[in-house]
Amino acid sequence: MSEVAIEGVGRTFAGVRGGEPTVALLPTSLVVGDNDFITVLGPSGCGKSTLLRIVAGLDTPTTGRVLMDGVPVAGPGVERGMVFQSYTLFPWLTVDENIRFGLREKGLPQPQQDEIAAHYIAKVGLRGFERHYPKMLSGGMQQRTAIARALANDPRILLMDEPFGALDNQTRGLMQELLLAIWETDRKTVLFVTHDIDEAIFMANRVVVMTARPGRIKTDATVGLPHPRHYTIKTSPEFSALKARLTEDIRTEALKVATA
Amino acid sequence: MTPLKPVSPLFKAGLGVAFFVLFVALWSIATFGGLVSRTFLADPLTMAREGYALFAQFGFARDVGITIWRVLGGFILAAVVAVPLGIAMGAYKPIEAFFEPFVSFARYLPASAFIPLLILWAGIGELQKLLVIFIGSFFQIVLMVAVSVGATRSDLVEAAYTLGSSSTSVVRRVLLPSAAPAIAESLRLVLGWAWTYVIVAELIGASSGIGHMITDSQALLNTGQIIFGIIVIGVIGLISDFAFKWTNHRLFPWAAV
Repeated sequence: MSEVAIEGVGRTFAGVRGGEPTVALLPTSLVVGDNDFITVLGPSGCGKSTLLRIVAGLDTPTTGRVLMDGVPVAGPGVERGMVFQSYTLFPWLTVDENIRFGLREKGLPQPQQDEIAAHYIAKVGLRGFERHYPKMLSGGMQQRTAIARALANDPRILLMDEPFGALDNQTRGLMQELLLAIWETDRKTVLFVTHDIDEAIFMANRVVVMTARPGRIKTDATVGLPHPRHYTIKTSPEFSALKARLTEDIRTEALKVATA
Repeated sequence: MTPLKPVSPLFKAGLGVAFFVLFVALWSIATFGGLVSRTFLADPLTMAREGYALFAQFGFARDVGITIWRVLGGFILAAVVAVPLGIAMGAYKPIEAFFEPFVSFARYLPASAFIPLLILWAGIGELQKLLVIFIGSFFQIVLMVAVSVGATRSDLVEAAYTLGSSSTSVVRRVLLPSAAPAIAESLRLVLGWAWTYVIVAELIGASSGIGHMITDSQALLNTGQIIFGIIVIGVIGLISDFAFKWTNHRLFPWAAV
């Protein structure tokens, strides 16, 4: 059964000060199946974040529509959780209170909130930091809290917009393993936007490569690597072969941007 | 000195005190040294004696109390109306579009220039004093609060929506807490300005208060009392400022961490 169907979604931004309108995204179609982990890979400015924001309901498409279980998306909703690239924890709330934000919004009784919050705090390895404010946490810990906050709401699909983009390489690697481990146990449907090829292959069962602006889908590759995946898989021949292929795809697109 | 490099708390306090000492020293040299005539500027010791006399013989404490009451009364009245209006303007653009041009205009109207009109309308009683403070504070608070609320990070608002917040819940659970420290800071600044308005209000048509005492002393050429009055205002301002800062720090630990 398909969960999220993106049907001919395109986005054109109005020109600034009477300038030419910018086509950010050409009509794009993509079906995200149940339990899929799809990464959307593309050069900067290819409209991949725009696509994700449209799925989240934070932006409206110029053409086409997004269907969630057959129902058109009209705005943000709890069934589509989102983790942003920027640190979007509420600075006035502690880790624990941030994770409960959506639960309080739903009006869940306190004991149930306690249980869910504790579960996800443990899951992302933040035990002992429940009472900390976001400012006291490293970037990696903030993003782990953001993931826990999104997951605590039990969304049907988790939308991730380069969530590890601002992290250093080592932390990023660990975060990928953490997210992958969560996916391997919970099988939550994930749509993950990134420009990092290793990241895209390592976690996904499908990698969608987008062209340079105006963006459209160029390649839709299945990642056949077995689960559970260990970080050493990044040096396996299968991984390297897929990486070589996707690198070539994305390089042509990056070149178009550089020479445009 | 290195730009932006912090200093130790003790050194910081010492430097702050040092300027007060320097100030009093220069004042002493100017007055005791005979550089300035006693008629125009009292020396620090005379000022202190006059100050003591004010409290001991002339019931100055009552004047101080009345002035504080007027400032707080007018300021609190203004804040009670201005903060909610500012929040509404910051959160909802049509409301902002409706009020903002007028409020921006009104805030440049000098509160002290309203005193003659207010005397005409409200007499020379307490209401007139409160209204001066109210007019002087109200428009400033409205605009500053509206700007603080409007400056809420849009990604936090978006995050709240994806977590299931409704529009009203975004105002209550994101815009308000996010702007709260800036709102408190605005109130601290405006309270400081309110002090200047109250003195002006008391210079004209008042029979009590620090400003009234200053006018009286002027008639008697008692510069010691005038300076003492001014210093009392400064000290009260300093205390209220510290109280505000301390409270803000306690209320919003997340902003200062």
